[in-house]
Amino acid sequence: MNKEFKQSIVNALANPNLGGALGRFSEAYRVGRAKAYEGIDFESLRTSVAEIKSAAAAHLDELAEKFTQAAEARGTKVFRTDSPQAVKDYILRLAQKHGVKSVVKSKSMASEEIHLNKHLEQAGIEVRETDLGEWIIQLAHQTPSHMVMPAIHMTKEEVTDVFNENVEAGQTPDIAKLVRFARGKLRPKFLQAEMGITGANIAVADTGSIVIVTNEGNARLVTTLPRIHVAIIGLEKLIEHFGDITPILTALPRSATAQLLTSYVTIVSGPVPNTDGTPKELHIILMDNRRNEMAHDPRFKQALQCIRCASCLNVCPVFRLVGGHVFGKVYTGGIGTILTAWFGALKESDEIQSLCIQCGNCKDVCPGKIDIPDLILELRRRLAVEQGQPLMQKAIFSVVNNRRLFHAMIRAASVGQAPFAKQGFIRHLPMFLSSMTDTRSLPAIAEVPFRDRIQKIQQPKCAEKAAFFSGCLVDFAYPEMGEAVVKVLNKAGIEVVFPEGQTCCGAPARYSGAYEVAAQNGADNIRALLAEDVKYVVSACPTCTVALKQDFIANLEAVGRTDELPAARQLAEKVVDFSTLVNQLLDGGRLKFKPGIEPAKFTYHDSCHLKRTLRAEQTPRKLMKQAGYELVEMEESDMCCGMGGSYTIKLPEISAPILERKLMNIEKTGAPLVLIDCPGCVMQIGGGLDKRGSEIKVEHTAQRLLECLD
Amino acid sequence: MSAILESSAIIESFKSHAEAVSAQVQRVATKQMALELIARLLHEEGVDDKPKCHAVWAACPLVGPAERQALERAVPGLTFDVTRELAAEAKAGISQMDWALADTGTLVQDATEVAKRLVSTLPPLHIAILSTAAVLPDLAAVVQRIDPLKSPYLSFITGPSRTADIERVLTIGVHGPERLIIILVDDLEVAA
Repeated sequence: MNKEFKQSIVNALANPNLGGALGRFSEAYRVGRAKAYEGIDFESLRTSVAEIKSAAAAHLDELAEKFTQAAEARGTKVFRTDSPQAVKDYILRLAQKHGVKSVVKSKSMASEEIHLNKHLEQAGIEVRETDLGEWIIQLAHQTPSHMVMPAIHMTKEEVTDVFNENVEAGQTPDIAKLVRFARGKLRPKFLQAEMGITGANIAVADTGSIVIVTNEGNARLVTTLPRIHVAIIGLEKLIEHFGDITPILTALPRSATAQLLTSYVTIVSGPVPNTDGTPKELHIILMDNRRNEMAHDPRFKQALQCIRCASCLNVCPVFRLVGGHVFGKVYTGGIGTILTAWFGALKESDEIQSLCIQCGNCKDVCPGKIDIPDLILELRRRLAVEQGQPLMQKAIFSVVNNRRLFHAMIRAASVGQAPFAKQGFIRHLPMFLSSMTDTRSLPAIAEVPFRDRIQKIQQPKCAEKAAFFSGCLVDFAYPEMGEAVVKVLNKAGIEVVFPEGQTCCGAPARYSGAYEVAAQNGADNIRALLAEDVKYVVSACPTCTVALKQDFIANLEAVGRTDELPAARQLAEKVVDFSTLVNQLLDGGRLKFKPGIEPAKFTYHDSCHLKRTLRAEQTPRKLMKQAGYELVEMEESDMCCGMGGSYTIKLPEISAPILERKLMNIEKTGAPLVLIDCPGCVMQIGGGLDKRGSEIKVEHTAQRLLECLD
Repeated sequence: MSAILESSAIIESFKSHAEAVSAQVQRVATKQMALELIARLLHEEGVDDKPKCHAVWAACPLVGPAERQALERAVPGLTFDVTRELAAEAKAGISQMDWALADTGTLVQDATEVAKRLVSTLPPLHIAILSTAAVLPDLAAVVQRIDPLKSPYLSFITGPSRTADIERVLTIGVHGPERLIIILVDDLEVAA
């Protein structure tokens, strides 16, 4: 990772204002957003939005043509171009033709994308941003740190300094007064400007309408007072029918700022009278800048379903720590990573894509139904293909995929016997044994891996069999979790086998963009697991379960090994996560809880994959409550713990504060026990609590269930 | 009966949603009462025939030639000849809305005529007149009724102007009105 980038992260983390402001906002946003969506079926709403936007993305050229005809029929001038330079030249020429000396702008990300202001200012034209946040960062010569709230990284004291230094001395850090000051200073600019520039949130092809969503009222002034109105619109804003604005306007304000509707929505469908009675010059620029190319990409066309609400930023555990500037200059957060790779260049996203911890929060709230984490992985994959797999990574995967060698190495390292432990190689092994353990203790590496221990468990001979997929952590660090799974299933009359040929689930390779390696992992596992005559394939790790159920298929598809897909699907059908299986067995009367279990309090941490991919997070809660335990929910129970596989090692600076917040939320519940369904989360949270000397116990749900089942 | 109940629930919903975003809502039975109420409000605001004390009123169906004369007599400083200069310095702007949305507390107006835009953007107070019968349940209902081809500038207004751009602290009144008073008039015909 490049030093400058690491430094930008360190700087962001060291800025207490940033973490404080963003942290408070993300907490309030979660509550506000839920309230704003009360009474609305979010799934069906976002399905409508996604359908409208994806249908439009599939016909961008056609819609652009239709829009042009409809708008021109009403006297609007439409300029359509692929090139950012052509947009800038067009606006400058127009300004010069009309003798424009000053321009007022309401917020336009498209104009940020092409750095329009600089171009006009170099030609001697005054350009004034009028959205308060945009004006502040314009005065401070900064770039927006958030797509909806551009100056969220600044405190009122910093804003006061910016005003004092750049506008007029004597301002004090009183927010109401600062806002009033801005109103007073910008009002004459609106009245003087000869040209107003806006973006748009939606462009309707059928009617040639543009829809502008704001709160401050600046867009209404920008579209009313100057004689010329120029709207710069990215092609992805196009939709076909006017009626389709409803779902988008229902979702956008709720997702963006937790409002039912913003203060103002302005729909302009043609030139309207100016204040002197003349008709307005209305120019609409439809800008492509690779959007069409994106629409033709089978994977990334989905990104055009974005309505720029920035909710992916608001729920991101990483964004709320580091803010937008670490991500880049224009588009920030999850979707910003993808847009930067396209509107800039793929390699520009090389560093920022690594910020994604793959927790899936953004995917859950995206009103355009974009699988942002998946698209970020796809960027990672393409970067890996473009740049080739680093030698170190090759060496690592060759070890990881050889289970006995892998175990021997980490076991040796963990007891301090291996010379390579000191040379740093071990630090690059996925998930394990970083020497950077300031915030958490590491588990001991078991002397005997689970694959050998299972042979010693006395199992009943049963007709029904399940194959156990251990994954690295259960195999090498937490064999007791595997034993619990075996013993619980034995109680239900199921014998558990351990197919020796199983290897890494491929997640570390997949999450590094090394899809060839991941696909081979999948193929090896499919062969090993299908060789056994079993009814179920079960794992105690949600990440492994997701790999077995979904990623094997996706990885093989990604590298074109399509003839192996039927076998992958055959395996996927047998895979079940542990809690779901136990629940089925209880329902079928094959398991029952011991009577008279002493009621004990516990809190539950949602593992990202269990909740947001497998959607099975309620089952463990239900089972433990059925057993007689009392659940005390923690705040943000479904927020990532900061583990994220090798994330703890690549970006420990970010992982540590994420863990810190999780531990605080656990401690606040007062429960003496945390149950978790993922060994990775157990390692992270258990290690964190241990380091703090906490008395709180951390267990895999399987371990506690074993105690409770008869 | 049920239609009346339903419509009163819609009005209540509109009122509570509008108030939740800091608009004030008043309801009167007749047009005459609405005119009297507005005249009183303008007096209270200190509208007067002095510089920077004007009020600007965009022509609307509620005000015919007779009402206009009466109002201009009753409220010195009130004008129906809206210019950008007067609007920029006015204490208040008055206009009539076409529709409203109950579930968000939103006003909807065809604002193609520039006077309508000036009176609701520049003065610190906007008084919005609305027929009680023009309150629709939601966005979908109004989108069916409006035609962008006939109304090239449509305004949706939900509460006064606001920002939270400094430290996420909600502050009312940035570039647009700081206050919005909505007057529902029961015997006023739906304009659009």
